[in-house]
Amino acid sequence: MIQHTSRLGKGYLTKKESDASDDLNSELFTLTYGALVTQLCKDYENDEEVNKQLDKMGYNIGVRLIEDFLARSSIGRCQDFRETADVIAKVAFKMYLGITPSVTNWSPAGDELSLILESNPLVDFVELPDNHSSLVYSNLLCGVLRGALEMVQMAVDVKFAQDTLRGDNVTEIRMKFIKRMEENLPAGDE
Amino acid sequence: METRFTRGKSAILERSLAKLFSEMVQYCQSQVYSASGVLCVGLLDVLDVLVLREEWKRETKVLNILLFIKVSVWRALFGKDKLDGFPAKATVHRHKGTTLMIKFDEAVIARDKALEGR
Repeated sequence: MIQHTSRLGKGYLTKKESDASDDLNSELFTLTYGALVTQLCKDYENDEEVNKQLDKMGYNIGVRLIEDFLARSSIGRCQDFRETADVIAKVAFKMYLGITPSVTNWSPAGDELSLILESNPLVDFVELPDNHSSLVYSNLLCGVLRGALEMVQMAVDVKFAQDTLRGDNVTEIRMKFIKRMEENLPAGDE
Repeated sequence: METRFTRGKSAILERSLAKLFSEMVQYCQSQVYSASGVLCVGLLDVLDVLVLREEWKRETKVLNILLFIKVSVWRALFGKDKLDGFPAKATVHRHKGTTLMIKFDEAVIARDKALEGR
């Protein structure tokens, strides 16, 4: 199945305590996410279904995450989509994944952009087997972004345009602004 | 400087892990996992990592942490605060990963079946 070439067995216990703790949390995070994807692959018949489920779970996380984010970041309301994108890349990604993707490839209308991820803690040491070529392994992230932005009245479409796990050079998330939403109570978990 | 940065990342991922794990448990609630008295929670190497984290040196303490996990998972899955009335054994099997097996006493299964009117 999905392989983790874990470093756990190799001289782990000889590392300094602080280094060990960093690696530990990193690996724990990666392994836990891997366990989730593995379980979904067992529960659902095909990659498309797994992708949908990852998106749905991400959405559920996202609708709750936004409050945590707003509380911890003290960011006020963004003026426009450009500012939103910057905040997502420089503050949100940093706060939750410890990475800062770059914001590029804006559409002329300013409603679509790319987030380029140099690294992705979800996929450390992960290799996809050949029989899962349609699997969007990190699709949870798309759901998180979609759910979180919906809670601030922005309907967006988020998907992976490139993925290093599938052989691309970079990992690229493409995000498109659809419309501003009416303020109303959230529909609840999907 | 470098150490502080990496320690920061560690705390970041630990927090995000908690959120991810919470969603995973909710997903499990929507699935049926129990089968004839044995509840298998397969989180592969996560268990190994958890054991290493606590730096348990003695075998008996490994069992303690497994029991702790059993309690937390049970509580999350079934919403019960205590395991009163659920006598069970927790063991670890390592074979192509790590499986935590929680085996309930026969009395629990019998009672469960009776309650469901089977």
